[in-house]
Amino acid sequence: MLLDPKAGVLVQGITGREASRMVKDSLAYGSNIVAGVTPGKGGQRVHGIPVYDTVAAVVEKHRATISVISVPPPAVLDAALESFSAGMQLCLIMTERVPQLDTSKLQVAARRAGCTVIGPNSLGLIRPGIAKLGTIGGRVDNVRRSFTPGRVAVLSRSGGMTTEIASYLTSRGIGQSIAIGVGGDAIVGSNFTDLIELLEADPATDAVVIYGEPGGAAEEQLAARLKQKPSRLRIIAFLSGRFVDDLEGIRFGHAGVIVEGGRGSIRGKVKALRKAGVFVAETFEDFLRGLKYDA
Amino acid sequence: MRLLEHQSKKLLSSFGLVFTESISVNSMAEVRAAVEHVGLPTVLKAQTPFGGRGNIGAVKFAESADQAVIAAEALLGMDVRGTTVEVISIEPKLTYDCEFYVGITWDTVAKLPVALLSLAGGVEVESAQSDRLARQSFNPWTGLAPYKAREMAAESGLTGKTLVGVGEVLTKLSQAFLACDGITMEINPLVVTKDGVLIGLDARVEIEDEAVYRQQERLGLLGELTMTATGRPPTPLELEAQRIDETDHRGVAGRVVEFDGDLALLIGGGGASLTVFDAIKEHGGAPANYCEVGGNPTEEKVAAITSLLLSKPGVRGMAVIMNVVNNTRADVIARGILMGVKAAGRKPAETISLFRVPGNWGREAREIMEAAGVEVYGREMSLDAAARLAVERNRTHAS
Repeated sequence: MLLDPKAGVLVQGITGREASRMVKDSLAYGSNIVAGVTPGKGGQRVHGIPVYDTVAAVVEKHRATISVISVPPPAVLDAALESFSAGMQLCLIMTERVPQLDTSKLQVAARRAGCTVIGPNSLGLIRPGIAKLGTIGGRVDNVRRSFTPGRVAVLSRSGGMTTEIASYLTSRGIGQSIAIGVGGDAIVGSNFTDLIELLEADPATDAVVIYGEPGGAAEEQLAARLKQKPSRLRIIAFLSGRFVDDLEGIRFGHAGVIVEGGRGSIRGKVKALRKAGVFVAETFEDFLRGLKYDA
Repeated sequence: MRLLEHQSKKLLSSFGLVFTESISVNSMAEVRAAVEHVGLPTVLKAQTPFGGRGNIGAVKFAESADQAVIAAEALLGMDVRGTTVEVISIEPKLTYDCEFYVGITWDTVAKLPVALLSLAGGVEVESAQSDRLARQSFNPWTGLAPYKAREMAAESGLTGKTLVGVGEVLTKLSQAFLACDGITMEINPLVVTKDGVLIGLDARVEIEDEAVYRQQERLGLLGELTMTATGRPPTPLELEAQRIDETDHRGVAGRVVEFDGDLALLIGGGGASLTVFDAIKEHGGAPANYCEVGGNPTEEKVAAITSLLLSKPGVRGMAVIMNVVNNTRADVIARGILMGVKAAGRKPAETISLFRVPGNWGREAREIMEAAGVEVYGREMSLDAAARLAVERNRTHAS
């Protein structure tokens, strides 16, 4: 399962403002952060966590297999390669605005290194009551209010909606096994299909709520996979941005149409998922009906 | 960022790709000299960042210099989807035997760049049978190997010099795509002339916005760039909102898209915004705008945006709905909203259709709003329920 609570976590870019606040909240929630890296700032401490100049120096002294990357966009590719070369098994990239070329390159390297990447542009992931990575859920009191342990997983293309959905489940007495902000970019390290396959192997998860948005083909890809090979998990989808379908899109070239093959619209995504047997909620509250254990 | 045709060709030429000779002009005074230089018959093309130019009369042919002048007069200053044509290109009209399509883009499922080749070029490419379309994804570290490109050409049924030539074009285009942080790069049509030469007639290049920072040098050589090329041009309300947002770097309050509705919206969080917008329509409401608020904007900024959105004719009220993880100070939003409502000459209780801000400082926000006669909601109200209530209450407000 992603995010073994005993695994050591290192934070690349730990001395940054956002990373530092994230470390504070994660420690308070019980995450096992063991070290941080900021080149040139080795020897400092952030909320008591030692800072090193390189990831190699961290793994000499600490047992760490998970990395959280919060560095500026131009530095993300290099930071990710550094974490793969030091043997990280899970890498969460929080940074927004990473060029697609860099995401594609680091994904090729991650596959070779056997590392699972979440993000870029992900707020993080959480196993309620156990540990969390990233800023997901905001301040620790808000995290505790929003997430409760249970057997429903949440996978979301929006960081905020991950918590909004979990908070709604919590308010109805339904706990979560894991919640993951998969990242808002067109290309992400782990998409719905990749993660559903991980969750199928997790005995602690019975059902999954996915949150999708317009653009890309992640929902259609999942639908195709489910049609080919049904899942043991109950999968419920809620998709926002129906109104975007009705806006006049201005076409530019043919490549997008050829490759995406008309995918990307909410209407098309809903249709594909329903054909694959997924319960697609009509409104936000409606997804509870699909879960079938409305309290 | 979408480049214009002449900019796309200039960029791709620097990677060894060959296009018809083309002269770009921005005034009538230059037209005759340009036609004389490229020779007759001539093609004149409006430089717009939109596709489908042939169908809207933005491409014209001329057999004589006089015809070219008439065509140029029609094209320069022409309105295409709300943008004015400022540059036209003048090129020789070639005769050719066959036209192909070559393109590179991203395959977001494979997470890799993908090269495309179709023997049906021009506007036929999308309807071409998929068995006539060769596609090959490639490693972004190493690029499209020349032999892979030749395999694509062979698979498509090409032979001889054309097979080798098309393979070279695909390889060079893939190199340009990786070097320039492309989102899309295509040459369409790529034609084989009577003399057997491969030459591009039209090109489209889109560079990734997030990578523009490292493409400054290349882009700097291309002249003025079209920054906003998607959708319609911004409305005065949208421009004013953008100006307000830029008055202060703290927080976001002003990414506005205008719609024809009677309920103004201030919403927090990207996903929540989409959800609320859908829900409002679902419950029979009509949003007057889309507007994201986030970070920690100043009271003044929130007030200015509020007053602007309420000034739109036909707007009855406003809903303020944020998600449960927003770190925005709810009290600041509350004060800003009240200031804006007052500045618009309205009464809070008759204007604020809903206030759901479950952020920090919630108690202060509640006190501030309740003193003004407005109820405050937190996380106990779902986005859906908030949207429903906002629509109901907005009906009771006067426009």
